[in-house]
Amino acid sequence: MDSTVTTGTEESVWGGGNKPLNASYGKLMMWFFLVSDALTFSGFLASYGFSRFKFIESWPIADEVFTHVPFFHGNFPMYYVAFMTFILIMSSVTMVLAVDAGHKMKKNAVIWYMFLTIIGGAIFVGSQAWEWATFIKGDYGAVETRGGRILQFVKADENSRAALADFAVTLPEERIVHKRKNGVWFDSEGYKTSFSLNEVMEGFKSNPNILIRTEVLDENGEKTLLNREQSLKKLKEAVAVVEGANLVHNEYGNRLFADFFFFITGFHGFHVFSGVLINLIIFFNVILGTYEKRGHYEMVEKVGLYWHFVDLVWVFVFTFFYLV
Amino acid sequence: MAHEHKLAIFRGLVKFKSNTAKIWGVLAFLTFITAIEVGLGITKPESLTGTYVLGMKLLNWIFIILTLVKAYYIAWDFMHLRDEKSSLRRAIVWTPIFLVCYLVFILLFEADYIYNIMKEGFVAWHF
Repeated sequence: MDSTVTTGTEESVWGGGNKPLNASYGKLMMWFFLVSDALTFSGFLASYGFSRFKFIESWPIADEVFTHVPFFHGNFPMYYVAFMTFILIMSSVTMVLAVDAGHKMKKNAVIWYMFLTIIGGAIFVGSQAWEWATFIKGDYGAVETRGGRILQFVKADENSRAALADFAVTLPEERIVHKRKNGVWFDSEGYKTSFSLNEVMEGFKSNPNILIRTEVLDENGEKTLLNREQSLKKLKEAVAVVEGANLVHNEYGNRLFADFFFFITGFHGFHVFSGVLINLIIFFNVILGTYEKRGHYEMVEKVGLYWHFVDLVWVFVFTFFYLV
Repeated sequence: MAHEHKLAIFRGLVKFKSNTAKIWGVLAFLTFITAIEVGLGITKPESLTGTYVLGMKLLNWIFIILTLVKAYYIAWDFMHLRDEKSSLRRAIVWTPIFLVCYLVFILLFEADYIYNIMKEGFVAWHF
């Protein structure tokens, strides 16, 4: 009879102090908060799924987007995210160990495990910042068509991606800088790409080794490669050069991919960040002996729940952004 | 406060001597699953990417199932739901599962419908 309500006399049922779920108020509220937060994240991930199924034939391939590892050059898909996942799971483990030590009222052990948890969280947030910076910077560059589609470049002989700098020419062009006095509303120029559209076009025409790759996936799940004539024809549709990714343009493919990436990993990163802050507060409270005086370490358990939840969400983000 | 821990996982197949040992055991299991996911993600075996089950690649189904397994062990052992009363567990687990399944079902069906409209209807968007 594990699940039934505590029975007793009428007074003890209605007189307060009854704990049918055998959990304290604070812990129960933490659980209810986590349930609602889980639904928020589910909403984001489900809308990501919506956009992805809508553009199922042209969605970017994650393995081609996240290929970098800090301090190493080359193509390493997934390794760094796997490392980040492991760090977060590891910090979850130190958090459970802190809760476990708290149950046994071992203050020093709690301090050490909390400390390690905070370090793990900090490494994770730092890694995510690096991941963002790499994604925003971009690596090869591409052109965007009138319809907002992305055309990427490939070296025909090596069948590898070509960066804009590999073939674009430098033309003696004059740029007219948009100034405040020229418009009623002043818009700043935004970022400037390293090559103009003309330079990319000219470079493409003079270099027969370069082909164009469209967003569309073929039956093997790879991006469609056009031949030289098709490429030349397709390039006429280009209207802008894109380098890196932001909320408006995305050199890796569909711009929704970048939008969701920033939004979901950003929201998750914000959770990790606030988790680290809350952990820090509890960490100092443990050092000050607050919970020793209180007689129990339930506070550590409650922030622990939040921290594991962050890990739990990351497991899903990892799957739906990087694996599937 | 549930101070007593249930120390058996895999439906009683593996029993740990202490709660700490159980935590490390679960970590080893989660790491193992992550390693499998990353391995499959990098190699992408032809037999798994070529087979479709219910309109999705078998590989993706494997990823999703492994993710749910991981989520289960994080919630059950790290968030110690295993030690809570089953009424608390059910309230917390089944509510989101029901709502998320419903949301995912309607959104993905709608998305598939829009995909077909854009593909077969006279909508020009790929230019």
